[in-house]
Amino acid sequence: MRDVAIVAFAQSKHVANDAEHNEVEILMPVVSDAVEQSGIARHDLGFVCSGSCDYLIGAPFSFVSALDAIGAWPPVSESHVEMDAAWALYEAWVRLQHGDIDSALVYGFGKSSLGDVSEIMSLQLDPYYLAPLWPDTVSLAALQARAHLATSGRSERDLAAVVARSRKAALDNPNAVRAEDRSIDDILAEPTIASPLREADCPPVTDGAAAIVLAAGDLVRQVSKRPAWIRGIDHRIETHSIGARDLAVSSSTSLAGEKADAFSATPDVAELHAQFSHEELILRDALGLDGAVVNPSGGPLAANPVMAAGLVRIGEAASRISHGGAGRAIAHATSGPCLQQNLVCVLEGD
Amino acid sequence: MSGERTAVVGIGQTRHAAVRADVSMAGLVREAALRALEDAEMTWADIDAVVIGKAPDMFEGVVMPELYLADALGAVGKPMMRVHTAGSVGGSTALVAAGLVQGGIYERVLTVAYEKQSESDAMWGLTVPMPFTAPLVAGAGGYFAPLIRAYMARSKAPDHIGMMVAVKDRKNALRNPYAHLHLPDIDMKMVEDSPMLWEPLRYLETCPSSDGACAMVIASERVADAAPRPPAWIHGHAMRSEPTMFAGRDQVNPQAGLDCAADVYKQAGITDPRAELACAEVYVPFSWYEPMWLENLGFCAEGDGWKLTEAGATAFEGDIPWNPSGGVLSSNPIGASGMLRFAEVALQVRGLAGEHQVADAHKALGHAYGGGSQFFAMWIVGSDKP
Repeated sequence: MRDVAIVAFAQSKHVANDAEHNEVEILMPVVSDAVEQSGIARHDLGFVCSGSCDYLIGAPFSFVSALDAIGAWPPVSESHVEMDAAWALYEAWVRLQHGDIDSALVYGFGKSSLGDVSEIMSLQLDPYYLAPLWPDTVSLAALQARAHLATSGRSERDLAAVVARSRKAALDNPNAVRAEDRSIDDILAEPTIASPLREADCPPVTDGAAAIVLAAGDLVRQVSKRPAWIRGIDHRIETHSIGARDLAVSSSTSLAGEKADAFSATPDVAELHAQFSHEELILRDALGLDGAVVNPSGGPLAANPVMAAGLVRIGEAASRISHGGAGRAIAHATSGPCLQQNLVCVLEGD
Repeated sequence: MSGERTAVVGIGQTRHAAVRADVSMAGLVREAALRALEDAEMTWADIDAVVIGKAPDMFEGVVMPELYLADALGAVGKPMMRVHTAGSVGGSTALVAAGLVQGGIYERVLTVAYEKQSESDAMWGLTVPMPFTAPLVAGAGGYFAPLIRAYMARSKAPDHIGMMVAVKDRKNALRNPYAHLHLPDIDMKMVEDSPMLWEPLRYLETCPSSDGACAMVIASERVADAAPRPPAWIHGHAMRSEPTMFAGRDQVNPQAGLDCAADVYKQAGITDPRAELACAEVYVPFSWYEPMWLENLGFCAEGDGWKLTEAGATAFEGDIPWNPSGGVLSSNPIGASGMLRFAEVALQVRGLAGEHQVADAHKALGHAYGGGSQFFAMWIVGSDKP
């Protein structure tokens, strides 16, 4: 494989409700920031790929409006996935393997405050047999949390510990929506909203965007002092039928990790797209992360810009390498109910 | 073309119809995918990755339907991606799938595109009111009709050209058993007598609403060399996009289309597309887009597209047949319409197009466009290795 590196990462200052800006207005400065950081002229970027979801704003073609933000004139070589932008990064990484271009811009954005994300995402479910029952995301997540607690020997206290650690870590993250220093006992004193989950176990509603610039070949050295090299990237999907899966574990994360060579060395840091506290525990197990610092940014429990949150994980992990002294990092992104589909990206410094 | 040699080794499509009540969405995509696997003489287990595409989720009301369709497409335990680039999506999806092989990541990729318009409402899906945005209450036809009128004014094309395209493509569809519209009595009079929908577009000058899917197996050189039937080698492919809201745009003859065509011709070593290509499957959802794209794709000089149509050059018997399958005017499962164009030219160069096979089809162009004439995807396939 051709070596590809992350040479720039930018994200919005995520907020719970950005009433003053539409998706494009949130995205535009973020794209400009990433392109500027990369030092690559916008029109020299070989490929552009994005991730978004029309249902967040409730109208088709979110990505069409976004194209107006990125300066697509003269016309650009461009594609879009209706998936978290982590998969757009994967597509761009594949495109760079062709060898004819050396750079790509990737971005994702989402304004979750406009609707009820938990209800909207129930429209992801089998439209004939499951969606008509309107099971919301939190209820489905609670089923998975219950399954995990029942088989892992962990308790609600372990869930609360994830929440406490994540939001405390987020105090150092200027882009976090929810950062606080709160005791485990205080969290456990909250009532459950879908047992065993409490409101604290759930991600904050977040509006935001993120962008990454990838480079390959000689260009990497020209534009970056400390690039974050993509050593492996893979993604896998599981059956959609929740009843047919072992919800206590994430087999597709383990498989993607294996294919991305995540297990050959212990990472210094991992950024996991764990939107609920129990998901972090499942993903830690799936990726064997004992000894790694997990979600130093606070993770999705601190800021969860839907459709960009997976890409933010990759960007945060890359930042730990480029600016934080980490040597090896793992980033993870997910899509679908109860971690149905998972992407693992292994990053290293020089 | 850069990267690894890449070829189409399996093609499948559904019977397209206004209502496919006999299948669910999963059943629809599976029908096309199974036919592609059968053509490639492969099973689900042979497939390394699945790339699926469709038009906006809002059409059927299923958010990110790849999640629900993973099982029907044998993707469990594999990588699966979902592409969405407006009307060009069927083409872009094929290109993302081909890219996985070209980049040396996988050797056998299944790509599928679909739309089930009977379970959706495209007009509603395109018309959701948004603050500060002019609503498109007339659907796609209402958007494109003014551009067509601008083309007619610029090129001085006579009024009957659109009707000629409508007749020609429906006649071609009679050769294609999968086509949605089979109108054996089609003629200029029937088109002219159909109701005017968006001046100058009459009812029979517009595409139908179809349920349908298309699938292809895209493979590495090693796999293609051992394929049971002739492969269609990819000689070049490209995507281009430009903004919607930009006063400098020429929406009649878009720069993104010109650039995309120039890129794909350069990769495939084409300098005179009309002379060097055997045929083309081009996204013509409204009749007048044939002469418009003839010019945008460089098959003639600007202003001359309608003359080719009028002279019969693009007819099945002409020197450069366009849409021998019947095209989008005869079957329009929106998300799949672009992939059908790509698949039909692959069938042509493989010599497997049946009744609508064009003679000596060694190289052909597949084309898709979308949005406000702003998203383009194209490929050129050939019977010989690039």
